[in-house]
Amino acid sequence: MEVPFAFLVGVLFASGLYLMMQRNLLRFVFGLLLLSGAVNVLIFTAGRLSRGVPPIIPEGLAAPAGPVANALPQAVVLTAIVIGFGLIVFTLVLVLRVYERLGTVMTEELGPALVRSPDAREEP
Amino acid sequence: MSALVVLPVVVPLLAAAVLLLFRGQREFQRVLATGATALLLVVSAVLLAQVSAQGILAVQLGGWQAPFGITFVADHLSAIMVLITAVMALASAVYALVDIDPEREASGFHPLFQVLLVGINGAFLTGDLFNLFVWFEVMLIASFVLLTLGSSRAQLEGGIKYVSVNLVASMLFLTAIGLLYGFTGTLNMADLAVVLPEHDAGLVTTIAMLFMVAFGIKAAVFPLFFWLPASYHTPPIAISAFFAGMLTKVGVYALIRTFTLLFVADVGYTHTILLWIGGLTMVTGVLTAAAQNDIRKILSFHIVSQIGYLIVALALYTPLALAGAVFYLVHVIIAKANLFLIAGITRRLSGSFDLRHIGGLFQHAPFLSVLFLISALGLAGIPPLSGFWAKLLVIAAALEAAQWWVTGVALAVGLLTLFSMTKIWQYAFWSPLTNGVVLAQRPSRLLYAPTIALALLILLLGLWSEPLIALSDAAAAELLDPSRYVQAVLGPATSDVGLGAGHAPVAGGRP
Repeated sequence: MEVPFAFLVGVLFASGLYLMMQRNLLRFVFGLLLLSGAVNVLIFTAGRLSRGVPPIIPEGLAAPAGPVANALPQAVVLTAIVIGFGLIVFTLVLVLRVYERLGTVMTEELGPALVRSPDAREEP
Repeated sequence: MSALVVLPVVVPLLAAAVLLLFRGQREFQRVLATGATALLLVVSAVLLAQVSAQGILAVQLGGWQAPFGITFVADHLSAIMVLITAVMALASAVYALVDIDPEREASGFHPLFQVLLVGINGAFLTGDLFNLFVWFEVMLIASFVLLTLGSSRAQLEGGIKYVSVNLVASMLFLTAIGLLYGFTGTLNMADLAVVLPEHDAGLVTTIAMLFMVAFGIKAAVFPLFFWLPASYHTPPIAISAFFAGMLTKVGVYALIRTFTLLFVADVGYTHTILLWIGGLTMVTGVLTAAAQNDIRKILSFHIVSQIGYLIVALALYTPLALAGAVFYLVHVIIAKANLFLIAGITRRLSGSFDLRHIGGLFQHAPFLSVLFLISALGLAGIPPLSGFWAKLLVIAAALEAAQWWVTGVALAVGLLTLFSMTKIWQYAFWSPLTNGVVLAQRPSRLLYAPTIALALLILLLGLWSEPLIALSDAAAAELLDPSRYVQAVLGPATSDVGLGAGHAPVAGGRP
């Protein structure tokens, strides 16, 4: 079961990186979205895909009685999803703000737009 | 006692929470933010004293034993880094009282700065790779907002580069963590140090390279540093200075931690790559700095070149070199941040950061000139300032390891650094003013307080370097003997058997 998932991760990585190399910042964000999905699938796959009972420790024991499903990758992926969500939302807002203030989302036009802008010499 | 290890994270976290509650009250926020940062300094100093008295301290949060619980570890390196973070935080916080405008304060500068401290201290103290990722992200998101706070066009343009490149680094970091977990079944660093030697060295090295790239981007090493000079000059100086001092050093810390504790299976391969990276980082940083005219840009490129020395010291991987790395870290954080703070005052005096538009400052502000001279010569490594000992340790280690070319490069880059600092001195301070204004505004005395304190620290570390060298030696000894770290975290009994029962019942099993 891991092999098809490995290919899936590969395809997601490739598409994500392809999008990130575009000049449009919005596409870059979409690429980032794919990439973060790819990493999450990768971690999930790295924890081994298998059917198992929930990892619940019976009363009075220190460890589960028989083989159980691995809960750690799920916890890790859950955390990574939340973090990824926050970062991507921030990046989207940043891109929006860049569009509002500099009037473009094309990376090669950002520099010239900055030089042209009235407060180019603006110092913080 | 065990609470002490988590206090450097808890103090700024609580401060951030309270600061958020009192968003509207500017005066209260300013007092609380400065007070909390001062408290952090006290806590950090006590932590370092405890670590040097008792050795490595480890805490398992929530009562779950390592490698299952959340582990916090304070060894000499972590404790030194936490202390220097607190010193820089206090300096920046005091400077920020004048430098940060009320508008930025109202949009939440103070709580964000505390959250940044939470992330940095968490990264220094965690004993778990995934938690390291989480703390990195806490630090990153706070730094993203601080960098773009105010949304000037220059900030947005620099911010987009900073954010995008750092996000790619985070994804690589997370990928490496996922692969390492799939490979070993654990993410606790002490546990990994025990388990990794049992695995195929080739595959471990492959994953190590992913970590090297991820941390390399964050530490701004050659050829991954371009985001730094593109963004660090855009925010207000109080933020720039703290970023310049601390943020890349968290990346360097992560490199030092992982490439002394975890990835030492094939030192000949990985550390040779690090040596080349370090050498090239030094040279490219210092050469590109020479072409700049904006003081902040010159200083930003010098951050990069100084990172090179740290990477070289790590790559040499000898007791002397690692002690040099720790000493160098402390020295360069202070010197670099102070140069930024002084550049901020220069700008207030002269109205510009551009060397072509300023001059005559030695005549008008002799005291500031002396402060600049101490920091600049300290950075270049002139005795009796802290940089001299830092460079001496690294270069002596390179000679000891018979790495001649890197010794030559380090010496040459030292000279070029001096050249760059002389350029700033020559244009801004020494030469008469040709075009532009002097004394655009008289800077507040409060701006001088942190710069004077840091300049004194540079002088003190140069004249009385023995305590810090002793601490650095202790840190290096711990780094080169991972078994002490492992024992502190896992306890003496389990350190050789590995993991015990907990990992066994996983369906599919540990590989």
